[in-house]
Amino acid sequence: MKRIFGLETEYGIAFTPSESGRRLGPEEIARYLFRPVVAWGRSSNVFLPNGARLYLDVGSHPEYATAECDRLPDLVAQDGAGQAIMVDLLGRAQDALADEGAAGTAHLVKNNKDSAGNSYGSHENFLIRRSVDFKHLTGVLLPFLVARQLLVGAGAVLPAGISTEIAPADANRAPSAGQAPPVRTGELVYGLSARSDVMWEGVSSATTRSRPIINARDEPHADAEKYRRLHVIVGDSSMSQTTSELKVGSAGLVLDLIEAGVPLEDLSLRNPIRDIRRIARDLTGSTVLELRSGATLTARELLGRYLERAAALVAAGDHSLGDDAAAARVIDRWERMLAALETGDFSAVDTEIDWVIKKKLIDRYLERSEAGLADPRVQRLDVAYHDLTPGSGLFPRLEAAGLAARVVDAAAIEAAKDCAPATTRAAIRGDFVAAAHDARRDYTVDWVHLRLNDHAQRAVVLKDPFAHASEPATALIAALRADTAPSGPPAP
Amino acid sequence: MSQEQFRAQPRGGSGHGEEPAELGQVQAQANTQGVDDVLDDIDSVLETNAEDFVRNFVQKGGQ
Repeated sequence: MKRIFGLETEYGIAFTPSESGRRLGPEEIARYLFRPVVAWGRSSNVFLPNGARLYLDVGSHPEYATAECDRLPDLVAQDGAGQAIMVDLLGRAQDALADEGAAGTAHLVKNNKDSAGNSYGSHENFLIRRSVDFKHLTGVLLPFLVARQLLVGAGAVLPAGISTEIAPADANRAPSAGQAPPVRTGELVYGLSARSDVMWEGVSSATTRSRPIINARDEPHADAEKYRRLHVIVGDSSMSQTTSELKVGSAGLVLDLIEAGVPLEDLSLRNPIRDIRRIARDLTGSTVLELRSGATLTARELLGRYLERAAALVAAGDHSLGDDAAAARVIDRWERMLAALETGDFSAVDTEIDWVIKKKLIDRYLERSEAGLADPRVQRLDVAYHDLTPGSGLFPRLEAAGLAARVVDAAAIEAAKDCAPATTRAAIRGDFVAAAHDARRDYTVDWVHLRLNDHAQRAVVLKDPFAHASEPATALIAALRADTAPSGPPAP
Repeated sequence: MSQEQFRAQPRGGSGHGEEPAELGQVQAQANTQGVDDVLDDIDSVLETNAEDFVRNFVQKGGQ
């Protein structure tokens, strides 16, 4: 079985002015960040030589969408490359800010919620077969996604009480200028995912007004008769590579079960939107879930049902993760995490899962400082976990101290900044972008098409995301290479 | 690897596992030391304008 995977990550922006400095807003910082991108590609929406898309999304969020991957470790490397490219852009923005007298530090934050409760996402894309009934597929997948935060949540300080009654539009409105975020009042708890509180539907085609767990927008970016692209938007951005691997890998295996026609009992939840909030607030996974069938089981048991089937699939070698070792790691980490939830002993997973790693930091900080969860320093610590800014970001220190495990090494990430995955359509796109850019030609690229703007011929169409070679594309790229003088500025 | 953050302190004697309690304690100490080192590194960031940073960490919502 084969599958294409992709990750889209929106980053938050912050600015710390130095004492004399003026405070710059996110839009201003975003413009500094994207200056080198615009200089390179004459647009703030570009495809890179590694096949990825880099752009400014809704609300001035810098966004990086990985190239199509058909191996899970490639996806982890490509996502890491996106992060590394953001760090590079941040460094250049910082230099430009200093040159132009804007005194302060710019921050890029790989999290999912700001202080005012605005949320921005990490979206997982999975290529699925058009032949599988979409309603059946989402019905089987949804209960898993509601509970998956127990395995892979990023960890968040949440109000202890839950509400499913806030009008969705209010929950995501952009703050007016100068408006202070709401002060944290009431009891707070350390929970699994900030994203859980901004989900309002199971499956729908809305994204910002009434966010669904699965976005049903049908843009396959491939042969629409054969494929559909499943867009999962409930997930947290992962700092930890091992968390990222489990997040995408476990969902991929559940899709494998559905597409392979493995019989699964109906685990549909009676109230998934209430349940996702309840689960987010129970670090033991003991939340009792009521199924539509009338049966009840705990969130942990629900994840165990999926695990049992997924483990059998992996044991039989019939999975889509593109790498047997990665699939075995996913199953092993999933098992260890469920055992940890059951016993309360997280020592076997405490370098691998974001919410567990972050909890260690926050627990220890509370012990050391006498601060409470509402303390701004705890919120600052939470942001620091996700901060990519050298000097204030914690994750590189955690990795260096052996407190955060890795899936791929630094060299693989460095390589992925320039090279697309070799085994998917992205390899063709990456070659084309690099060749057209080196030849200083105007070109237009999207996920499916490649075109030279001044070229009489029609666009090269790449409808099969698994095909990593295309005769017309090869000819086009060879022609570009033939009349290229070397040099030109490097890609951002 | 630390266990102490998630588990009530063992009430004297050995835990219920087969691992000798002492070894567990040594590992927990090493782990806590690592966490402490990271927190020490970030301490000045947390103590400087945390409130100001948090109040101003506001953007428009995304997807």
